[in-house]
Amino acid sequence: MPFIPHTDDDVREMLETIGVDSISDLFDEIPADLLIDDLVGVPDALSEMEVVRFMRARAELDGTPLCFIGAGAYEHHIPTAVWDIATRGEFYSAYTPYQAEASQGTLQTIYEYQSMITSLTGMDASNASLYDGASALAEASLMAVRANRKSKSKRILLTSGVNLTYQNVAAAIAGAQGLVFDRLPLDVERGTTPLGALENTGEAPVAVVIQQPSFLGTLEQIDAITDWAHEQGALVIAIVNPVSLALLKSPGQWGADGADIACGEGQPLGVPLSSGGPYFGFFACRQKLIRQMPGRIVGRTTDLEGKMGYTLTLQAREQHIRRSKATSNICTNQGLMVTAATIYMSLLGHQGLARVAKVSHANTKSLVRALTAIDGVDALFDGPIFHEAALRLNIPVGPVLDELASQNILGGYDLSRDFPELGNALLVCATETKTDADLDAYASALAAVMALQQKQGA
Amino acid sequence: MTELPGDLLFTSEHEWLRQEEDGTITIGITDHAQDALGDLVYVELPEVGQDVTSGGDMAVVESVKAASDVYSPVTGEVTAVNDVLADTPENINSDPYGDGWIVRIRPSDDVADTMTPMEYQEFLDGLEE
Repeated sequence: MPFIPHTDDDVREMLETIGVDSISDLFDEIPADLLIDDLVGVPDALSEMEVVRFMRARAELDGTPLCFIGAGAYEHHIPTAVWDIATRGEFYSAYTPYQAEASQGTLQTIYEYQSMITSLTGMDASNASLYDGASALAEASLMAVRANRKSKSKRILLTSGVNLTYQNVAAAIAGAQGLVFDRLPLDVERGTTPLGALENTGEAPVAVVIQQPSFLGTLEQIDAITDWAHEQGALVIAIVNPVSLALLKSPGQWGADGADIACGEGQPLGVPLSSGGPYFGFFACRQKLIRQMPGRIVGRTTDLEGKMGYTLTLQAREQHIRRSKATSNICTNQGLMVTAATIYMSLLGHQGLARVAKVSHANTKSLVRALTAIDGVDALFDGPIFHEAALRLNIPVGPVLDELASQNILGGYDLSRDFPELGNALLVCATETKTDADLDAYASALAAVMALQQKQGA
Repeated sequence: MTELPGDLLFTSEHEWLRQEEDGTITIGITDHAQDALGDLVYVELPEVGQDVTSGGDMAVVESVKAASDVYSPVTGEVTAVNDVLADTPENINSDPYGDGWIVRIRPSDDVADTMTPMEYQEFLDGLEE
């Protein structure tokens, strides 16, 4: 539907018809002392030319460094076709699908997206997406408290490798409703959650959150932990990397009964890094929990003439109908990102996604080999990983990363703040976007920086 | 509107109660309520053995356009729920006073604030004005 602005003549005619002198008269019930004339502190408007110049100057500050940072957001190649199609007017501007008869295109796209996500995660149903992986964890936790009626607990137990930012966001969002987030300890030798830590964990939790791969890139014993959680009467929430699911066991197949909720960050599926966002959170669950699932859900049905059509469904759970007892206060989805992700998944298919995963993983292993050959650099863990690895340096990581950055290389994520028990630790990631020359460049640069810093330190 | 059964009591929340011989109370929603909700698609039932408080949440009836809370008219324990509603929630629409019963409770105190069929009919007539 097009946007048709009013002309001054249109406005005058409307005001005359309703018998009002000016538009400001329509707001006369607001007390005069609450009205403001000026937005103090907001500078004057810029022209389009000035804005473009301003933004261009800002964009140039970003640069194009060689990026080896993973830690929750991953630089993958996005086929040009993805955003070529996603930025078409029909996709780009289509948004709120509440009027089904005017939104069939958008609704079908979301339905296809939901189908792909359920296939990838091994779940029965998916929603139309949430804001990001972090808030998806918050929603999953609240959903578990609602859905797990046998448990009176509001305690959520997290494996040692759950993204700390996700945990902080979930605690910020759900803490006010009494949810408590407890983290299992990390086995510093293996970089995973030790099964021994599952005994004596205190009050039986309402849900157990397992991140696979862990934030450190390591692989947890998902089957054992899933079964243990179910034996405790807890629901299992899986936080997963969608690209990894082309190779790893899907949450629907974890343990004897599978996870109950699967969620995570969808950015790797065709969404650029964009300095941190917008991204999208994917969210899927078992059929029996579908009525507790937050967010929009698109369903497929037939109309009065028997023709297939799409519509939002299960809306009575949403906040515009259910209000304070709704499953969530979200009344949106990341429509544009989801459109791009759907096109990305369609173009790559299962085989293409598996290739992305395999090449990323192989490149990371090559990078680790090259970097650990350098004096003072060692691999921290020797168990299985997926496309990310933690390294130990014999000097502080911060200054090393600063020096590499000045050479236009983003060397990785400094783990010493989030995981102080690991000492001088660095998380590196090499996706399919990296060539052998890139890996060599990083290795040479790091070798030089390590040698220099060690000489200076001695 | 079907005639109001003479052996029932009614609440202002459009629920009906039937006193059973064994001392329990059967509860459902009235014909007026099911008509206002439209076709029911889901009923969220409490667990047998669950405690309920007078005026507190007990069940949820969901249609395409609304999800309404069903409140307990009495404090007590849930002794039975109509499991059939899980597969055929539409029983509430077709037979609200019979097959559409929702919950059975053993009360631990008196039922308060109920209306006779005639009082409920007057109440409904008052709403329409």
